[in-house]
Amino acid sequence: MSAAGDRASADAGTPGGAADPSTAPHPPTRADLTSPRPVDDHPPTRAAEAGTLRRTLTALRHDPPAVAGTVVLLALLVVGLAGQWLAPAGINDVDVDQMLRPPSGAHPFGTDELGRDVLSRVLVAARVSLQVGLVSVGIALAVGVTVGLLAGWYGGWADNLLMRGMDVLFAFPVLLLAVAIVAVLGPGLVTAMVAIGVVYTPIFARVTRASVLAVREQVFVRAAVSIGTSDLRILRRHVLPNIAAPLIVQTSLSLAFAILSEAALSFLGLGVQPPAPAWGRMLYDGRGFITDAWWLGFFPGAAIFVTVLAFNLVGDALRDVLDPRQLTVSEARRSTR
Amino acid sequence: MGRFVLRRLLQSVVVLLGVTLVVFLLLQLVPGDPVRVALGTRFDQQTYDALRERSGLDRPLVVQYLSYVGHALTGDLGVSFRSGQPVTSIVLERLPATGSLSVTAVLFALLVAFPLGVLSAMRSGSFVDHAARVFSQFGVSVPDFWMGIMGILLFAGVLGWLPPSGYVALTDDPAGWASHVALPAAAVGLVTASILTRFIRSSVLEVLAEDYVRTAEAKGLRRRVVIVRHVLRNALIPVVTVVAVQLASLVGGVIVIEVLFAWPGVGRLTYDAVQARDYPVLQGAVLFVATLFLLMNLLVDVLYARLDPRITLR
Repeated sequence: MSAAGDRASADAGTPGGAADPSTAPHPPTRADLTSPRPVDDHPPTRAAEAGTLRRTLTALRHDPPAVAGTVVLLALLVVGLAGQWLAPAGINDVDVDQMLRPPSGAHPFGTDELGRDVLSRVLVAARVSLQVGLVSVGIALAVGVTVGLLAGWYGGWADNLLMRGMDVLFAFPVLLLAVAIVAVLGPGLVTAMVAIGVVYTPIFARVTRASVLAVREQVFVRAAVSIGTSDLRILRRHVLPNIAAPLIVQTSLSLAFAILSEAALSFLGLGVQPPAPAWGRMLYDGRGFITDAWWLGFFPGAAIFVTVLAFNLVGDALRDVLDPRQLTVSEARRSTR
Repeated sequence: MGRFVLRRLLQSVVVLLGVTLVVFLLLQLVPGDPVRVALGTRFDQQTYDALRERSGLDRPLVVQYLSYVGHALTGDLGVSFRSGQPVTSIVLERLPATGSLSVTAVLFALLVAFPLGVLSAMRSGSFVDHAARVFSQFGVSVPDFWMGIMGILLFAGVLGWLPPSGYVALTDDPAGWASHVALPAAAVGLVTASILTRFIRSSVLEVLAEDYVRTAEAKGLRRRVVIVRHVLRNALIPVVTVVAVQLASLVGGVIVIEVLFAWPGVGRLTYDAVQARDYPVLQGAVLFVATLFLLMNLLVDVLYARLDPRITLR
């Protein structure tokens, strides 16, 4: 953790200092996501964008948890891309002579009930987690931003219809809706991605709409409208760049939640199907041996934890820099169950 | 106040209608014939026809939906494909297990989060504050089912103090219930506690910065009196509502923990319905939970408007 003052701005403000108006004194109802945030009163230029990028990177470099998170994420990326080459053994090399062996030099994470090397399976499973996380958040981002842009820009009945639809999706506990969708479409990698994507769409729609509402009344947007610029061009050139900050923050935090959701789905047998390894599924399969073989329960879970923690640390730091008024990760976590 | 409540009520009704539509359409999304899928491979034509007839799947979609909503309004959520029992009673049977687990988890969370949150706000920047931050970052990142597994490993395996899984009804044997609920409630409660810790901390910090707190201190009130009478009273209003929302989200959200601990609640029911392709039960459980969730949120908003009249002005 960094010095208290650095991160306080995102949590509540320091005592005696300026308080953050978005975190209290009212409860963080889901409507909080729609609170408008201040936007610069000028259109973005390339120089300004480069400045923001540099400022962000500088700030992240001076935030030790964010550096740690970034390093872990980069390592995960490597593991995700090259897991099967890094793995010391094949993920489905069954060896009945080596069943349920504790961690040793030959098998650093031990072996499972079929004598398979747990380390190799944990490494290869990283790809599934990252893949599901990235694709599902990609779906949520694409659909959510489109819906939010249309609702916020056009207003009126389109706004009403679209956002009431999002309210409906928001009315389900996240995991319950994902389970229901996967149950109906049939378990598997693709349906897990779709289900998690659907579940996280409303958040992006709300964040986008709220930001659009704030930008829409800015002078540079009204100027663009008055000279007859097309809607598409205004949205792309003037609105999107100005609402990017909250979306980037939401994306990084959502990745953490999406990976947790994927782990939960695969624990329930609704994610990627065996014999392909997935962290959640490994925990489920190992639960019968919990007390005899602690390593079966420990390592896959630790992998989930470290991954999610890394995304949260980076997401928190990004929020502090880019969008200090946005809801804290803990409040967002309300929507992971 | 009245208008605010009325508007929120109307909104909830609209959303609830949408929820029924989504739940109804779930069945339509099943590839192929849901009745055939549900029955598997061993069934005769008679069974099939009977089930098909009863599920009303051969009628037009609009008629099906209207009849679904109509029946749901009277508390009729259809019958299970498997047991033929009414879905409503199947779901309600599971409520005590889920309810007792959720309430225990939230109480546990409060027990941890309240002192930790208040202390870390009062001593912002201190060791306690840092510890609270590390704790809450840990809590929001850890999968609750992994905490459950680690808990079983330690308290059931190594120490042998608690049973690894299973359920005893609170009304049958309170002591047995307590020993069984401890691990799952702690696993769920840990995550909730880390959320609440952060929220309580920000809420208290917010109030500490208010002018009336400075005034109270300036007129010479003792620190403890200021904290209890002025700070906590105001800081805890939003906390009450967050706790209620947390509780609501747990009722439908502890599927994985209920599966891990063989806890026969609504989450476990959902899981079993998925495994058995018992779609009416799945629909019923999802609709029930979503409705409960909506009602709790509505209640929270109304409660909050009562506790803090400023809210209706926004």
